[in-house]
Amino acid sequence: MNQSQDNATSAATWPRRRFIAATAAAAAGAAGLPARAQFRVEISGVGATQVPLALGAFRNESIAGVRISDVVRADLLRSGLFRLIDHIEPLDERSQPVLADWRGRGADALVAGSVARLPDGRYDVRYKLWDAVKGEELIGQSQVVLPADLRLAAHRVADQIHENLTGERGVFSTRIAYVVQQGKQYQLLVTDADGEGAQVALRSLDPIISPAWSPDGKSLAYVSFESQKAVVWVQDTGTGQRRVLADFRGSNSAPAWAPDGRSLALALSRDGITQIYSIPAAGGTPQRLTSSRAIDTEPVYTADGKLIYFVSDRGGGPQVYRMPAAGGAPERVTFDGDYNISPSLSPDGRALAYVSRVGGGAFKLMSLELETGTVRTLTATRDDESPSFAPNGRLIVFATRVDGRDVLMTTTLDGRIKTRLLTSGADVREPAWGPFGR
Amino acid sequence: MNLRTHASWALLALAAAVAGCSSPVKLDEAAQVETRTPGSAATTPGGAAAAGTAQSQVATVDLARQRAAEEAAALAASLPRVMYFDFDSFVLRAEYKPAVEGYAKLLTGDRSRRLALEGHADERGGREYNLALGQKRAEAVARSLELLGVNTAQIEAVSFGEERPADNGHDEAAWAKNRRVELKGR
Repeated sequence: MNQSQDNATSAATWPRRRFIAATAAAAAGAAGLPARAQFRVEISGVGATQVPLALGAFRNESIAGVRISDVVRADLLRSGLFRLIDHIEPLDERSQPVLADWRGRGADALVAGSVARLPDGRYDVRYKLWDAVKGEELIGQSQVVLPADLRLAAHRVADQIHENLTGERGVFSTRIAYVVQQGKQYQLLVTDADGEGAQVALRSLDPIISPAWSPDGKSLAYVSFESQKAVVWVQDTGTGQRRVLADFRGSNSAPAWAPDGRSLALALSRDGITQIYSIPAAGGTPQRLTSSRAIDTEPVYTADGKLIYFVSDRGGGPQVYRMPAAGGAPERVTFDGDYNISPSLSPDGRALAYVSRVGGGAFKLMSLELETGTVRTLTATRDDESPSFAPNGRLIVFATRVDGRDVLMTTTLDGRIKTRLLTSGADVREPAWGPFGR
Repeated sequence: MNLRTHASWALLALAAAVAGCSSPVKLDEAAQVETRTPGSAATTPGGAAAAGTAQSQVATVDLARQRAAEEAAALAASLPRVMYFDFDSFVLRAEYKPAVEGYAKLLTGDRSRRLALEGHADERGGREYNLALGQKRAEAVARSLELLGVNTAQIEAVSFGEERPADNGHDEAAWAKNRRVELKGR
């Protein structure tokens, strides 16, 4: 994206961003602003197949606090899979567009919709999607939502367009948790997958690391140092209720939910060196899963719950290994390089994202195709950390450093399309992409 | 090691016998010393019975205990609060041997003393792995203390990984200051 386009985008989105900051501040009270943030496309893939889609403003959308079509447009653009054809035709979901004309304007598909305010204060968001090539209607839908869920409604529209036109589930209505440090203050934030609408789940004067979403997307496990040591907490994001999951002697860290949500794997140093244990989600007695004389940490479950991938330096430097979920003989997974950490598995179990120390002291996000052993470097940055797969497996969110600041970026699995979470004056890190549904 | 441990034990048993402090004393604070003068009980004969003190009691002034507490406070003040580690290393540098022995003497001399060992790592690499590296450094100090007779219950090795750098710089000089274990009385 060149400079002038970038400026134009910033100017165009400024009023909306200001609005979001204002509502977030109202929600957060006097305690301080969450960082304003938004993921923007930084590097676009060249030659990727993009679906040309015509999208105009939804009728009456200016009555709501969120302009639905803007959110839908931004979502679809960020995916890299769509080319948007903007127009100012007065269309809505009840229109009967002449699809051949739209085909003539280069559109393969057309979206139109409307927003209406109901007497009870809720909004009815309606839309219809047409296939201009086949000349038929694909999907139409109405969502009645509270004002606070207007962005969610827009993301759901984008998800359905994505699924209908690409055959793959969209992740626009999912959420991402991450940690922001501003001076001495740490905040655990939960944001829409586009980086907007951030809300504070936890504000603390002590570090917070390693957030992990429960499979139902309702709770976050994380490590807080509020008691001057690493303790694992579980917090219901909706109610704010939190409880200690693991506070044993030494450090308690690296929580990872089992896919059934009934237990978590985590790293404890209660028996000396850091090892991997599992613990019931309700708390209780941990069961030791590894028994090495080296550091074993950063467990992650496969989607079927049968295996745990983890990091161990039993061979010297840290490498990724895997073992049966109940413990057992580990098998080494990474072989390139002498420092490979922070594994994240694609939902289909075919790809492993991890961070590798390469020449010159750089730390790079890598992907490993597990079947073939093909390793690929995904980034041009040097301080990559904490990769986390989107639930549809198309994107990875990770932390890195740009211009001396900790930032979040997303990348496609082929490394071609990247977005960066734009924030002001804060260090952002430790991203965790939430599951489908909320 | 056995011989030295035994020698320390003998010495510390003596120190414990004369010291016998009962309240937990923070290492970074001066020890509180209770002083009684021989005349203090006699100056309030009327109030003594009300306070439940027998008329025939003799208060002991234990200068030996006082001296031991003063010495412990002086020793605590003289010990380094931070021990630094080489790159990729978890071995206590030889220069900290006297310091470890000093802490061991304090802890074995007063079993109510508690010490937190906070391990730290430099910023390079992942946060969780660095947390485990800091833990490994703290454990190394803990093992050394246990070998000198300190009870496991008196110490806790914890880690802040790379989360609490002593120096916010991004060069080797800063990293060297961040690879450390901080010793904090509790």
